[in-house]
Amino acid sequence: MVRLEPRLVPSRAVGYLAPIIAIALAFAAGMALFAALGRPPLEAMQLIFLEPLRSLRGISEILVKATPLILIAIGLGVGFRAGVWNIGAEGQFTVGALMGGSLALAVYPVTGWWLLPLMALLGIAGGMLWAAIPAFLRTRCNTNEILVSLLLSYVAVLLLSTLTHGPLRDPDGLNFPESRLFQTALPVIIPGTRAHVGFLVALAAVALAWLLLEHQLLGFKLKVLGQAPRAARFAGFAEPRLVWFSLLLSGGCAGLAGLLEAAGPVGQLVPALPAGYGFAAIVVAFLGRLEPLGILVAGLLLALISIGGEMAQIAMSLPSASIATFQGMFLFFMLAADVFVNYRPRWQPRRDSAPLARSAAAAAE
Amino acid sequence: MVAEGLGRTGLPRSPDRQRAPGAPGDGPASGTPPLLALAGISKRFPGVLANDAVTFTVAEREIHALLGENGAGKSTLVKLIYGLLRPDAGRMSLAGKPYAPASPAEARATGVAMIFQHFSLFEALTVAENIALGIAHQRADRRLRERIDEVSAAYGLKLDATRQVGTLSVGERQRVEIVRCLLQAPRLMIMDEPTSVLTPQEAEALFATLRRLVAEGCSILYISHKLEEVRALADRATILRAGRVVASCEPARASARQIAELMLGGTLPPSKLRRATSVGPVRLRLNGLCLGKEDQFGVGLAGIDLEVRAGEIVGLAGVAGNGQAELMDALSGERLAGTAKAIEIDGTAAGLLPPAERRLLGLCAVREERLAHASLPAMTLWENGLMTAHGRLALSRHGLIDKPRARGFARRIAREFEVRAGGSETAAQSLSGGNLQKFLVGRELLQNPAVLVVAQPTWGVDIGAAATIHARLLGLAKDGAAVLLISQDLDELFAIADRIAVIAQGRLSRPQPVDRITVASLGLSMGGLSQESVAAAEIRPEPAHG
Repeated sequence: MVRLEPRLVPSRAVGYLAPIIAIALAFAAGMALFAALGRPPLEAMQLIFLEPLRSLRGISEILVKATPLILIAIGLGVGFRAGVWNIGAEGQFTVGALMGGSLALAVYPVTGWWLLPLMALLGIAGGMLWAAIPAFLRTRCNTNEILVSLLLSYVAVLLLSTLTHGPLRDPDGLNFPESRLFQTALPVIIPGTRAHVGFLVALAAVALAWLLLEHQLLGFKLKVLGQAPRAARFAGFAEPRLVWFSLLLSGGCAGLAGLLEAAGPVGQLVPALPAGYGFAAIVVAFLGRLEPLGILVAGLLLALISIGGEMAQIAMSLPSASIATFQGMFLFFMLAADVFVNYRPRWQPRRDSAPLARSAAAAAE
Repeated sequence: MVAEGLGRTGLPRSPDRQRAPGAPGDGPASGTPPLLALAGISKRFPGVLANDAVTFTVAEREIHALLGENGAGKSTLVKLIYGLLRPDAGRMSLAGKPYAPASPAEARATGVAMIFQHFSLFEALTVAENIALGIAHQRADRRLRERIDEVSAAYGLKLDATRQVGTLSVGERQRVEIVRCLLQAPRLMIMDEPTSVLTPQEAEALFATLRRLVAEGCSILYISHKLEEVRALADRATILRAGRVVASCEPARASARQIAELMLGGTLPPSKLRRATSVGPVRLRLNGLCLGKEDQFGVGLAGIDLEVRAGEIVGLAGVAGNGQAELMDALSGERLAGTAKAIEIDGTAAGLLPPAERRLLGLCAVREERLAHASLPAMTLWENGLMTAHGRLALSRHGLIDKPRARGFARRIAREFEVRAGGSETAAQSLSGGNLQKFLVGRELLQNPAVLVVAQPTWGVDIGAAATIHARLLGLAKDGAAVLLISQDLDELFAIADRIAVIAQGRLSRPQPVDRITVASLGLSMGGLSQESVAAAEIRPEPAHG
């Protein structure tokens, strides 16, 4: 019989090994899945993991996809470390894109070097604004931020849809529900591809988050609040302020990501802009174990699987749900492997004390 | 043994009950098999052998004390007997038959009952409902209430079955637990430090009940580290050290010091470090400090006035749950008092300041609950030092943590307070209770506080560590700090406090110099205040003695 036994001290070795084991297990399970679907499993794996890396286009698409994932997950990860569960990055992403994009549309066709930075600032402000609602409600009314932020996501997506169907609709767009193309676009970092400066912004966010969590007293306070709220209260780390900081940071990151997506690869406001980045980033944050560098790797990995998955879908006509399932397996095995950081399995022979106990109980009747 | 003259009561018992045939209780009988026998019981937890081949017996009608320092394996052992854990090796027998309970329910079915240190009662339910919950297939109907009345009358355990548990005192809650056990007619009753939450008078009443129970034919296995109590009550004692039985004795015939040395495995450091006090100006002043209840069953603080001067240790005695935690909250700044003037630190009104600013003014606090309140269990020792000392000791600058300094501070605490730990990168949760406590006391003491408020500083700490902590507290006061010591351990208060006040129902008696107080009078005001507080809600308690 195998039993899980709590470890005295979390194992560091397992901490490093767990992601590798999880990936190996996800590989095995994924191959079984594709085999069950009647596709050659090795070939599917090769399509998903190697094909995108063979071309500059593939690599640049990975960067495009990874940018919002990493940027959002960094903000969420810092908040999650503080025990602030912002699940509404999707909404903050949307409102950020909406506010930043609206500026471009408002001044259309005027443009200049100042436009993109201002749009970015408005994007951040929009995300923060949307995250300020759960922050206010949690610190004032003790409302659960999970519910508030999640439900506000749907409000934001509907808001974007309403506006792109109405006031923001392109006057020359044949009534399609989408805005004009912006008069400005993000600088591209790999010529001839869609990879834009947003990726550099995401890298900077990774570095700043690392600095915050590893070297700043503020980061320490956030971690204390997340691990032991009573200890934080005793130490005098004011909870409301840290909750506000966490939500504004994650909201701002998500809002900026939304603006970068709108002003970069998409180039306009469309109802389908959010595309689930805000939710996928939660997965990225946890896959990266809420560590900035881990989030960077996890974001790239998830982007790789998405791009490779698309390629495999086309090449092998796989159902799209199979790729989503495969991504889910990654998260599942990752979380499962994490158990062994704090617990260790112990094999022990079945004991035969049960009949003994029964006889003792019977004797006492 | 106190057995003669106390006849049987109408307590319902299982019919096939084994007992010495018609014999009056005359101590542990030698001819009959022991009630409970443990042979070679071992239990291993990750990294520690909690019980190592433990062998001992509890005779019929015996009060058997289980002694040992914290971490000696007492609690693990009784959990094994009660079926909460299962031994890795060894055998147990109950009344001569093999005994291996798979669950507490099974243990109860065979007549083994246990009363925990921390009660498992629902505050919002009545006494009868709580008792019904603890017994399988039992409803809180009239028959149960009658049985509760019957049993509580028979054993002198005054209890109203219809009252809500949340309105009961700690002593009364313990009675609920005891009555719940008695209704199941136990042969063996296990008690884990039952008197740690009682006043001396309540403890006496408990002892009378236990003696009567023994006269009825029940045996009692009793965990304690209060040696005088064990000497007065127990017929035999088994002493554990590091998971092994190191001695067995008749406590009445040994001195408390001998027993303590057996527990410790060495000789005791000299105790009693009294000193001549020279007190200075007032450093901590409370002016009518009030604090509302945090919940329905909490205790509020009702106008507490107190002065603590430089160079003195003021002790606060009281039964747990009478406002000590709330007072700590108010002093540390975790909950804010109503007015700034309510708390003055060195003359500065601090009642509305948050904790970090109070620390900068010089008020440091040691909380009672070590894990996840006073410390960060999963974080390293240097992070635990940083937690409260970053401001006073400048362990961070411009928002950046000065890691070398923070590590140095943790190492200094470990060095000066003899904390046995792997180094500053060790996680706090991997330290033993006593070592962590030394670290946490050291963390506050080494910040040179002007005022130190400390709750239960030696709770669950071994005797050697307790002596270290006491000496450091005395040294701190001698250097001119004001120390407020909140403790349920009267011995500790008498050993190091200069003046002692009693907190009961959120009110504070006037502190009296320690040489003018007796344990008995202190106990009376600890219990008395709480009994009469309902009637005397408007009247401020008189100083109980003078």
